[in-house]
Amino acid sequence: MSDLTAMTLAEARDAVQAKKISSKELTGAFVKAIEAGRPLNAYITEAGEQAMLMADVSDRRIAKSEGGALEGLPLAIKDLFCTKGVRTTAASKILGNFVPPYESTVTQNLWDAGAVMLGKTNLDEFAMGSSNETSAFGPVFNPWRASNSNANLVPGGSSGGSSAAVAADLCLAATGTDTGGSIRQPAAVTGRVGLKPTYGRCSRFGIVAFASSLDQAGPMTKTVRDAAIMLKTMASVDAKDSTSVDVPVPDYEKLLEGGIKGLRVGIPKEYRIDGVPAEINALWTKGADWLKAQGAEIVEVSLPHTKYALPTYYIVAPAECSSNLARYDGVRFGHRASGARDITDLYEKSRGEGFGAEVQRRILIGTYVLSAGYYDAYYSRAQKLRTLIKRDFDQAFEKCDVLLTPTTPGPAFAVGAKTTDPLEMYLQDVFTVTVNLAGLPGISVPAGLTENGLPLGLQLIGKAFDEATLLRAAYAVETAADFKHSPAKWWNV
Amino acid sequence: MSAAGKSKTIKGETGDWEIVIGMEVHAQVASQSKLFSGASTEFGAEPNSQVSFIDAGFPGMLPVINEKCVEQAVRTGLGLKAQINLRSLFDRKNYFYPDLPQGYQISQYKDPIVGEGEVYIDLKDGETIKVGIERLHLEQDAGKSLHDQHPDSSFVDLNRSGIALMEIVTKPHMRSSEEAAAFLKKLRAIVRYLGTCDGNMDEGSMRADVNVSVCKVGGYDEFRRTGSFKTLGTRCEIKNVNSMRFIAQAVEYEARRQIEVIEGGGTIAQETRLFDSRQGETRSMRSKEEAHDYRYFPDPDLLPLELDAAWVEAIKKTLPELPDEKKARFMTLGLGAYDASVLVAERELADFYEEMAKGVDAKAAANWLNNEVLGRLNRDGLSITQVPVSAAANNAIIAMVADQTISGKIAKDLLDIVWTEGGDPKQVVEARGMKQVTDTGAIDAAIEAVIAANPAKVEEVKAKPKLAAWFVGQVMKQTGGKANPAAVNAALKTRLNLPDEG
Repeated sequence: MSDLTAMTLAEARDAVQAKKISSKELTGAFVKAIEAGRPLNAYITEAGEQAMLMADVSDRRIAKSEGGALEGLPLAIKDLFCTKGVRTTAASKILGNFVPPYESTVTQNLWDAGAVMLGKTNLDEFAMGSSNETSAFGPVFNPWRASNSNANLVPGGSSGGSSAAVAADLCLAATGTDTGGSIRQPAAVTGRVGLKPTYGRCSRFGIVAFASSLDQAGPMTKTVRDAAIMLKTMASVDAKDSTSVDVPVPDYEKLLEGGIKGLRVGIPKEYRIDGVPAEINALWTKGADWLKAQGAEIVEVSLPHTKYALPTYYIVAPAECSSNLARYDGVRFGHRASGARDITDLYEKSRGEGFGAEVQRRILIGTYVLSAGYYDAYYSRAQKLRTLIKRDFDQAFEKCDVLLTPTTPGPAFAVGAKTTDPLEMYLQDVFTVTVNLAGLPGISVPAGLTENGLPLGLQLIGKAFDEATLLRAAYAVETAADFKHSPAKWWNV
Repeated sequence: MSAAGKSKTIKGETGDWEIVIGMEVHAQVASQSKLFSGASTEFGAEPNSQVSFIDAGFPGMLPVINEKCVEQAVRTGLGLKAQINLRSLFDRKNYFYPDLPQGYQISQYKDPIVGEGEVYIDLKDGETIKVGIERLHLEQDAGKSLHDQHPDSSFVDLNRSGIALMEIVTKPHMRSSEEAAAFLKKLRAIVRYLGTCDGNMDEGSMRADVNVSVCKVGGYDEFRRTGSFKTLGTRCEIKNVNSMRFIAQAVEYEARRQIEVIEGGGTIAQETRLFDSRQGETRSMRSKEEAHDYRYFPDPDLLPLELDAAWVEAIKKTLPELPDEKKARFMTLGLGAYDASVLVAERELADFYEEMAKGVDAKAAANWLNNEVLGRLNRDGLSITQVPVSAAANNAIIAMVADQTISGKIAKDLLDIVWTEGGDPKQVVEARGMKQVTDTGAIDAAIEAVIAANPAKVEEVKAKPKLAAWFVGQVMKQTGGKANPAAVNAALKTRLNLPDEG
């Protein structure tokens, strides 16, 4: 174990609990790696000192055999989760130096289990983006580079800081949030695992809201097993979130290796779309073959309203965001413009200065679709479509237990390549948004490399609250894919 | 008197006009904590001392419905004999204002918790009219902007932010300022009986917006017949009329203003107006064009509010006797409609009356309460909850009158004594010798004394028996008011040999 940071979460857990390594040794190694990894810009706030203090507490607990499920394990937290006493930015200028006086439920669950916080990771501003380029704290660079180029690539988004941190070994695992694909897409383009749980599985309390009916927290990890471990601790019903659901949280890790004999895997025909590179479709076919070889039954299914998913999403999500972001008004916290003439001027100046272009675009779209005279044409029709999309999945799940699709329409792209055309950027989510609209769990598993050596992921979609089956299928894909690749640590020079 | 729901007409230059009034009342739910947070609702605390992070709209905060507030809304709905909707939705009403921290108010727009109901109001002339309730919904209150604390800044107090309000909307069924005031009074009585709102208008627990329109005579009847608003005039909404007195003033002013505009060749623009209580007038606040586009949509942080029918039934079983039922019961005890409606207007007054009337004649007790107790309270500027003589003590006084221990006149003196000095009425009567004299010996002695002093009068009475009353008065005076008047009458008749009835 020469490089502690290269361990998986499960390996590190076992080593710490067996007292082969201390949490302080482990945490110290990550603190150093994070410093070295600064060129990636994965973290907005590093919390090295606090991390070492937490590690020390963990070591003492482990010495007394009082450790929790994640005792002493250093994690990265997407800077959308409010962390008590630690600046939380949502990667926006509008929050200024906001330091929450409270902790999000998901992170509280992690700390209660003994986890150590390394810092807060970068993201697209308010989680709006697919490349981490809308962050007010600058873009994050993907640890991966194409074999034929030294150009910096995006790490996906919005959880781009978390995906880069996991892929570059700047944490054992990270939290993300997923509103339209923000966990799964960045995981796919950085060659790691990203799980978006069922809507209601993890509490949204203390997570800066983007689109309340779609937002869901989940783990970003090196392996499927690590995702199972993380989800077990992150998930909980929460009296502080009315939309969290009271269903038992099984021990996912124990259920991983059950095998997939007889599992019915649906292949939705509508996910074969024009313009997607052949290597993506080839990988998809390969994935189906892997599962078939392990005893699964492959069935073709139809999700007829798939083509309406992106337009529906780009009405529902901006509508909710326009309302959720109204509280950032410069009155009580965060950025307040100076020299305002009156209250309207204060709002306009503070919000104009505080929000970036993409966030402003979505607030404007959302305000428009909710306006008198347009509500029926947009918002209310989008809600109807959302119901139809949900029904598509219900019907498909009568014929299968999980669905298999590509995660993204392509590998990581160059920084700046899609920033001028929002629509092209929005297409990144074409395979992932349906899952958010239907509230289902979805996971991306690294499955192969492009010709140029860039990672690609396959997505599995499960039935509501059946993450156990989803993780079992993902584990089967992972085992068959045997994806052992890691990026060269070019920033370590 | 006029038929139910007839408008008091207003004479204009071009003919007679009728007033049509509807109301939106904001009643603060009586609850310990706010609609979606655990912060306290107590009135009068230091600014910003009762604010949770939810009420202040902090990042990542989520609303969680307070079940007690839902129960209070249902209870109120049941008290208004209204439809309880087992499924209702919370919506966001979006607008920017510094006292609205979230940038939206959580309210109920299309699917309120309570649907149509009714309230009966009693008018002075004994007439009772029915005012239809359109709906009742739950919503959050906003905070309060303070513009007079600093030369160039405004301050915001968020103590009210997030407090639960019930917005109660009536149908346009009121026809005069008296009816509007009577409605608000009755609504206040109902929620106070129910314990769902303290009805305190001074503290802003109850605030009314009044919608006023005018139409030519007959327009309203046509509306009631067809349900079409076409025969009604354009309405103006008068905001925050926060006392009973102001309602009457605001309605009167606004109706006359509208008539003047129309008769002057103008038209009424639908708008929101503010009542200025100092000038006694209404002023334009914003026109329909300037009205906010609130961009209502269902709040995705909250699930639809689903109620269990059995739970609603259980609440129904715990409803107290409400003013209308109490009034009906009081009437069966022998009270007139007006007396009964006065007594039930305040729960405390009705309770006081009931205790006072135990075992004595209901009518006598009502008269005693109205004439003696309320008269003295009025004189001293006190409310029924501050009455210095308890219901039990009053009951004892009435009982002593009834069993002729004391006379009616002495009873009033007795009340004055215990009102100012306190004490048990029975003991006071004993101690001060106030008992009525029925002892014939004492009465006869008094009669003899009066006759001896007024021989001429004796002759007059014999000629004109009706003058016996003078003798009765003299004898009463002689006995210090304590003689039983009936006994005095009988003894006089025998002594002076008067005919039985003259």
